[in-house]
Amino acid sequence: MADASTTLAGPARSYVDIATLWVRAAWAYPTSFLMMILGSLLITALDFVGIWVMFASIDTLGGFGLREIALLYGATGVGIGLADTLIGSVERIGIYVRTGRLDQMLTKPVPLLVQVCADQFTLRRLGRISQAGIIFGWAATYVDWTPSRVVVAVVMVISATVIFFALFTGFSCIQFWTTDASEFANAFTYGGNTLTQYPLSIFPREVMVALTFVLPIAFVNWYPCLYLLGREDPFGLPTWLQFCSPVAAVASLTGALLIWRSGVRHYTSTGS
Amino acid sequence: MLHVAVATRAFRRYSTYTAATLAGIFTNSVFGVIYSFAYLALWAENPDAGGYDATDAVTFVWLGQALLMTVAVWGGGSTDDLAERIRTGDVAIDLYRPVGLLGWYLAADLGRATYHLLTRGVAPTFIGLLLFDIQMPAGVVAAVAFLVSVPLAVTVSFALRFLVASTAFWLLDASGPRVLSGALAIFFSGMALPLVLFPGWLGTLARALPWSAIIQVPNDLWLGKYPGVEVLVAIGFQLAWALALLGCCALVLRSATRKVVLQGG
Repeated sequence: MADASTTLAGPARSYVDIATLWVRAAWAYPTSFLMMILGSLLITALDFVGIWVMFASIDTLGGFGLREIALLYGATGVGIGLADTLIGSVERIGIYVRTGRLDQMLTKPVPLLVQVCADQFTLRRLGRISQAGIIFGWAATYVDWTPSRVVVAVVMVISATVIFFALFTGFSCIQFWTTDASEFANAFTYGGNTLTQYPLSIFPREVMVALTFVLPIAFVNWYPCLYLLGREDPFGLPTWLQFCSPVAAVASLTGALLIWRSGVRHYTSTGS
Repeated sequence: MLHVAVATRAFRRYSTYTAATLAGIFTNSVFGVIYSFAYLALWAENPDAGGYDATDAVTFVWLGQALLMTVAVWGGGSTDDLAERIRTGDVAIDLYRPVGLLGWYLAADLGRATYHLLTRGVAPTFIGLLLFDIQMPAGVVAAVAFLVSVPLAVTVSFALRFLVASTAFWLLDASGPRVLSGALAIFFSGMALPLVLFPGWLGTLARALPWSAIIQVPNDLWLGKYPGVEVLVAIGFQLAWALALLGCCALVLRSATRKVVLQGG
């Protein structure tokens, strides 16, 4: 175990190797694979059409126009898409506990989290990432770009990916304790994604405060986008929060890794 | 009688996963809250968008969350078992049972739907009632019509999912078609956005497609949006799609069993 994990390159290479294997495996059923990609493109495309149709009845939602909401939508979509691709099977950790596959994995010379993340790796999310990227690009023409805004935008996408990665990993750990409650995590991961597709000004102040200081989901896109759009915070919260996404990302990743460690330590084999 | 037994077993099978049910109720409620605030913001801008008021809109959200698992909009239910059994070849056993395969799987799915309605349908509705202003059925007619329309909605959804699962006879793996049809179902059922907001031809198209029978029609019946005899027309619409699609299922099944060589071990 020490050989592979002493350097950071070791686990990264193992990850890429296992992931490549799964991509090739998916090609065994090419028709189904292509329909899966197409389906994923369609899901996400229709997802934004839903918001666009809303704007047939209104001009602004929570004080934000369609372009501004598209910016929020694109940023959170790219973030969760990248995170979802990277975490692979973390969501299904309960099945591994139940079937005993986790025992097999623990005997292999690759860190457990790397193995679980790379297992069943799928490029299905490429559809989602590119769709969100296109919408972000369309909305970006509305932004009055300055060098500092470019930096904030790049940092935003990286932070969003890290925050979603942390949410997926952290909440999936519940399955170390109750193996069939995987859906609980969806409320925070996909729920967080849905929530950040709207301007947070539509929520009550208490919700907003919780999303800033308890679960830092507001840092995925809301605070950095306020800076990109040069808008005042509708809740009157301080401006420096708009630069705090990386801090929130590091904090949530640390939290998630601690939960993961305690989950693995708590794990006792089912013996099957 | 046999079908009742199948449905009862399916009900019991799902009821063993208590933690999964509780997690699901929590998740449905979180999404209900998010969409409620989104719709409240929309209806604050335009108070009679699509002929709904804000209370109708929020009620629509929670009815949608209640029906989401019951009618299995995303896919799932007994048709997932079928797809897997076609892939492994176990469907051969189903085919030589002395009872029709279609009826067997429909009974199992109705049993599952009953369980999901009583748990993941009723529980989030209580959360919604606590947090938001929700409208109860517009009257006795609306309540009865809603109760009639839910099993019809499950049947329409089952038939669509059965057709998707049947693609496994030819493709072996039905997960691609499943994702694709799930996307269409979410959008055209009214789950993503009430179909009353769809403008022009898109609205007309969406209201005519079978997916509208699985969320939009039951919700509108609850909200009392159909005056007088139109209630019967709405239920007739669901019934027509249910029969037409079940007919398609029977045809597909017949041609599959004649032409396809099953996977065996």
